[in-house]
Amino acid sequence: MNLYLLSPEISLTAFAILVILLDLVIKRKGILVYVSILGLITSAVFAATLWGGEATTFGGMLVVDGFSIFFKFLFIGVAIMVVLASVDYVSRIKRFQGEYLALILLSAVGMMLMASTGELVSIYISLELTGISLYVLTGFLKDPKSSEAGLKYLLLGAVASAVLLYGMAMVFGLTGTTHLGDIATAVSSGALGSPALLMGIVLLVAGFGFKIACVPFQMWVPDVYEGAPTPITAYLSVASKAAGFAVILRVFYTAFGPVSLDWGMIFAVLGAITMTLGNIVAIPQTNIKRMLGYSSIAQAGYLMMGLAAVSSLGQSGLLFFLVSYAFTNLGAFIAIIAISNKVDSDMIADYRGMARHAPLLSLALALCLISLTGIPPTAGFMAKVYIFNAAMQYGLLWLVVIAVINTVISAYYYLRVVKVMFLEAPASQERVPSSGALRFALCIACIGVLVIGVIPSYFLRIAEVVVRALGS
Amino acid sequence: MFPEAAGWAIFLVPVLSFAIISLITRPFFNSRPRISAYITIASISSSLILSLWALVSVIQAPGHAILLEPHDWVTIGSTTIQVGIAIDSLTAVMLIVITVVSLMVQIYSQGYMHGDGGYHRYFAFMSLFTGSMLGLVLASNLVMLYVFWELVGLCSYLLIGFWFHRPEAARAAVKAFLVTRIGDFGFLAAIIFLYAKTGTFDIAELYVVAPALLSATALTWAAIGIFSGAVGKSAQFPLHTWLPDAMEGPTPVSALIHAATMVAAGVYLVARTFPLFAQSPQAMTTVAIIGGFTAIFAASMGLVMTDIKRVLAYSTISQLGYMMLGLGAGSVAFAIFHLANHAFFKSLLFLGAGSVNHATGTFDMREMGGLKKYMPWTYAAFLIASLSIAGIWPLAGFWSKDGILLHAWGSTPVLFYLAMITVFMTAFYMFRVVFLTFGGSYRGGSEARSAHALHESPKVMLIPMVILAILSITSGWLPISGFLGGESMGFFEVLSHPMPWVSLILAGLGILLAYAMYSAKWLSPEAVGRRFQALYRVLWNKYWFDELYERVFIFSVLVDGLFLVLQWFDTYIVDGLVNGVAGATIAAGGILRRLQTGQLQVYGLAIFIGVLAIAACLFIFAP
Repeated sequence: MNLYLLSPEISLTAFAILVILLDLVIKRKGILVYVSILGLITSAVFAATLWGGEATTFGGMLVVDGFSIFFKFLFIGVAIMVVLASVDYVSRIKRFQGEYLALILLSAVGMMLMASTGELVSIYISLELTGISLYVLTGFLKDPKSSEAGLKYLLLGAVASAVLLYGMAMVFGLTGTTHLGDIATAVSSGALGSPALLMGIVLLVAGFGFKIACVPFQMWVPDVYEGAPTPITAYLSVASKAAGFAVILRVFYTAFGPVSLDWGMIFAVLGAITMTLGNIVAIPQTNIKRMLGYSSIAQAGYLMMGLAAVSSLGQSGLLFFLVSYAFTNLGAFIAIIAISNKVDSDMIADYRGMARHAPLLSLALALCLISLTGIPPTAGFMAKVYIFNAAMQYGLLWLVVIAVINTVISAYYYLRVVKVMFLEAPASQERVPSSGALRFALCIACIGVLVIGVIPSYFLRIAEVVVRALGS
Repeated sequence: MFPEAAGWAIFLVPVLSFAIISLITRPFFNSRPRISAYITIASISSSLILSLWALVSVIQAPGHAILLEPHDWVTIGSTTIQVGIAIDSLTAVMLIVITVVSLMVQIYSQGYMHGDGGYHRYFAFMSLFTGSMLGLVLASNLVMLYVFWELVGLCSYLLIGFWFHRPEAARAAVKAFLVTRIGDFGFLAAIIFLYAKTGTFDIAELYVVAPALLSATALTWAAIGIFSGAVGKSAQFPLHTWLPDAMEGPTPVSALIHAATMVAAGVYLVARTFPLFAQSPQAMTTVAIIGGFTAIFAASMGLVMTDIKRVLAYSTISQLGYMMLGLGAGSVAFAIFHLANHAFFKSLLFLGAGSVNHATGTFDMREMGGLKKYMPWTYAAFLIASLSIAGIWPLAGFWSKDGILLHAWGSTPVLFYLAMITVFMTAFYMFRVVFLTFGGSYRGGSEARSAHALHESPKVMLIPMVILAILSITSGWLPISGFLGGESMGFFEVLSHPMPWVSLILAGLGILLAYAMYSAKWLSPEAVGRRFQALYRVLWNKYWFDELYERVFIFSVLVDGLFLVLQWFDTYIVDGLVNGVAGATIAAGGILRRLQTGQLQVYGLAIFIGVLAIAACLFIFAP
């Protein structure tokens, strides 16, 4: 039992506790943000020392390989950005600032564990650790919308957990084990294609589908995204989704590789429906957070193309897309946080002429929206090219055609915001101030979007190296 | 040995200057515009120094080429797109020309743009413009070249429309962008076609594999496609109409567009892909005919224009025609040699016109006159440039123009005769400008300032002009054509042949006629105009090409035709679609949104229905 393999999670948990304790004793709450970021960086350093090795511990429950470390970095990075984006929020809420930050750290711990478990029960536990932290964060604001969102998220999350647990139980009942590797052995030796196993798989898809917000398990998204504090919305739309994909990749490639069922096809069909529904419903939205909520559903649809193409190209495409999407979506949400701090509205109509009084902010938001659409030279374009190509190589031409049509549809609502900001007359001439932390985070996101868009090969290579750990 | 990093720095430094100006100096040092000018000048100076280093290295390198390995940029499945730079003699000459002219223009702009509200923006765009053009000539593969090609187009759009509050400027910018785009479609199609056939974007590789893998007809089409891009960028007939309008930008921008960037890109592109053209006699003939025809066609319009910048604009089109003629006649060396010489004297002519405008406030030659007395330095510089473009021995223009004439004689005598007539016309319209602007006495006019306000331009504008004047005399003496693989002629030896004398006599006659009409007044221009009234009207209306494009082509064919198509489309397709798909999309959005009731029970139910639906589908469809 090598505890050092758990050092990123342990150190981050310690820092989460430290943040809560410090909150009790110190007066200047601003320090808490720095402590949280320090904790995340420490965790990243520990994760970096583990890079390159491959090891399991706790009887195979914990797997530390390139794949899991890739996701640890992703979650830590996203959490840092979310903490930076929360600075203004945190200073405005008078109570429980420590808890807010500590919960972000703890949910990050949960996601990091999700990416590195090789066993069903620990998957469930880490999923709950993530989920419960996020439920609380969603309902953190003392307004009815936020409370409603938190409650809805909690109840539906509980339903999804139950479904997931049910599926896990069936798989366990049929194979007699919860270890993914052993499930694969058991499946290939006997239970191949039995209806009960198929039912178990469907229930797992539903449980994980809730996390990644794919149709028909996406109903919670718009309400929760709209009600949650905006930094938490960003966090949900990026990190929580990525964690879901990490688990799906791990479970399906490790445990269900030998199943005769073409599970790639499930994801292909669900992906096509998801992206179409997300894009179509995004069009009539008037609230930008809701619009981005549907947009994130649509993006999940594109991401599922990486699951549908059951190949290493599909896997690396999915990881690359996740990184691009993380930068892009965080950038968009951070820009919205900065703008709504001032305008105090999330309505798209109130973004009129924003380019006049907040030129850089509008430019950044426009860049991120262009990337979400998938127009060069941005990360979103490269990610789409790569994942579409993976699906094409796997023979899913129909899916690529649907995805391309969807891309065209999505341009309508993404670029409409750009048009509103740049071409319409402004409502006021006030400048939009934003805190340094927010601007810094936005800057990183935009640089990421451009760098990945212009020199993607470095990131592609990392994604390709990492998926080798997973096998196919 | 020339390090690769230095090669990348040549074009990245100006791009960096663009970034610094737009991100740092413009937002934070807005009240101190000079900083932006200094940053631009410093960055282009360093590009110039690096270019000189590259030139020296190329001269010393075996085969006059520095070979650099390309880098993988992005791999998508089995397709790898590379980026890389290559420096051979052609690139080296272009680098020097671009950096020298751009540097002079930037120094000059400090004076010309003084006090303009968009000072930062101006220098930011100028940096990007120069950087893009440098990147274009350094690119070793077609994808990268195309990216910079479009960037050059974008920058010229931004700079032509620099004074965007003036409707003519905005219109001219859009026109330049759209007209060149027509040619770009052909270029892009050629790139994709070549890649589909050969599997490579690398230019040096294409030299070898394209002739081997493509049939003669396919190669001709690929070459014509590339050439159509060049026709748009270099304002060749029939896509020439954008360039005269492009003078709506600040004059130093015109100097840069007409000399070293933008229009030079088209000639460079043909020279760069010349091995492909060389395989196809049909393509070569096309290039030569378009070039030769454009030369005389544009020169004829330059004869009658009264706006000094318009004369210069038609002169540029005509000179670019010479270069294309040179390329079509098979001589890359003399075409690029002429490009270099032309860059120096044409930028000088534009800077001179800007200097004149700085003093008088107008570009209309009818309101000038007698400026020799007030602006001696400008006059001297302008005169030198005019003699150079007229091709008077031993100034720069003489050497490259005669080389082209020589090659034209060798390939297509008809085009040679046209080019000879063009020599006469060139000398005439240039000296018409000289005599109208600087000779006689000051006329003044509605827009022009009164005579006592006339003054020579400040030193910061004169010094670049003097440097360019020196280059306009001497650049022809440099062994550029020999360096590029052509022949070079002895300084006096050349006069022992008959052909230079013919062209010198024709140029002399042109100058004499201009003197007779506009200085000595032996002939009244009005009387000549009346005698040839029909011709005059044709020329004055620019052969009605703008009208043809805008009235006939744009309105009758495109707009009316499009309208008919649209109406049909609207009636039969769109109505169907609106009632069908488009309507369905919106309706679906509405219905689906209605499903989003906000009720928890519905959401929970959806999860279970979803599970059941997936399971049902699986059991039905899965084997």
